[in-house]
Amino acid sequence: MASVDKYSILLPTYNEIDNLPIIIWLIIKNMNASGFSYEIIIIDDGSPDGTLEAAQQLQKIYGEDKIVLKPREKKLGLGSAYIHGIKHATGNFIIIMDADLSHHPKFIKEFIETQKSHNYDIVTGTRYKGTGGVHGWDFKRKLISRGANLLTQILLRPGVSDLTGSFRLYKKDILEDLIKSCVSKGYVFQMEMIVRARQKNYTIGEVPITFVDRVYGESKLGGSEIVQFATALLYLFATT
Amino acid sequence: MTKLMEWIFVAGALGAIWLALLTNKIENIFVKDYYQLLLFSPIIFIVLFGIYALIIVLYRVFTFNNCNEAADELQKEIQEAKVDLQRQGFYFKEH
Repeated sequence: MASVDKYSILLPTYNEIDNLPIIIWLIIKNMNASGFSYEIIIIDDGSPDGTLEAAQQLQKIYGEDKIVLKPREKKLGLGSAYIHGIKHATGNFIIIMDADLSHHPKFIKEFIETQKSHNYDIVTGTRYKGTGGVHGWDFKRKLISRGANLLTQILLRPGVSDLTGSFRLYKKDILEDLIKSCVSKGYVFQMEMIVRARQKNYTIGEVPITFVDRVYGESKLGGSEIVQFATALLYLFATT
Repeated sequence: MTKLMEWIFVAGALGAIWLALLTNKIENIFVKDYYQLLLFSPIIFIVLFGIYALIIVLYRVFTFNNCNEAADELQKEIQEAKVDLQRQGFYFKEH
């Protein structure tokens, strides 16, 4: 597969000592099989559980050209983690994904092929379309998720089915531009990114993904997440 | 134009038409015959839309793909990864 494109996979981590070796193994396996050129940039925000030491071991196994370590002293937010990673990225495309095994690297190949087919600026994974879906959610969680999604679709008409997903491929310069225009923190940051992308007329492709909710560790959806979401929705409703 | 402005604009335009019909600024036979219906039409519309939204959400909840195969496959791959990583000298921290 002759291609000059290179894909920098950004993995922000915080206390992912159990997941990190597995996700790296899966990325390496799937990316080597795909034939695309890539690197993995691990941005660990001072995890007390030894995630960085595990990352160093992995770097020894797979090499410094494949695994790049760019740790930071403490937790500084997702947007700044991406900025930090991009600064050191040598690829012209950036892939962002969660390190907690909820996103499977086998989909990266589809992301890349979808991007190439239409020269999209962004390709986003969607849990809400086609063969996409979620494992490990109960009725209440599904109801909240589907309800929030429909409300967002009605109010913002974003043209994208999954706004809060964080498994995406971006052209590098476009990701940089979007991060600069976003003010949200936490998981609603992903929603603002994709809504602003639409506002700026960037082209967006979608790939259905399966989302397997955290195998190790716990995932949460509490009152504060819902308040954050509602606030972000109203903010975007009034400003975009 | 922001989404908020779009909504205000459309709601304002529809509201103006509704009010003009109701106050007989636009005279026609329909208004006289169906005054009650017209009067409550915004509420009827909102209720119908609510029911539509509820049906859509429930349908999507019940058809939400559970991805059991993906979860099973992942479990197998996790075991495979552990074995392979240990073979390559990776030390899994006990805790």
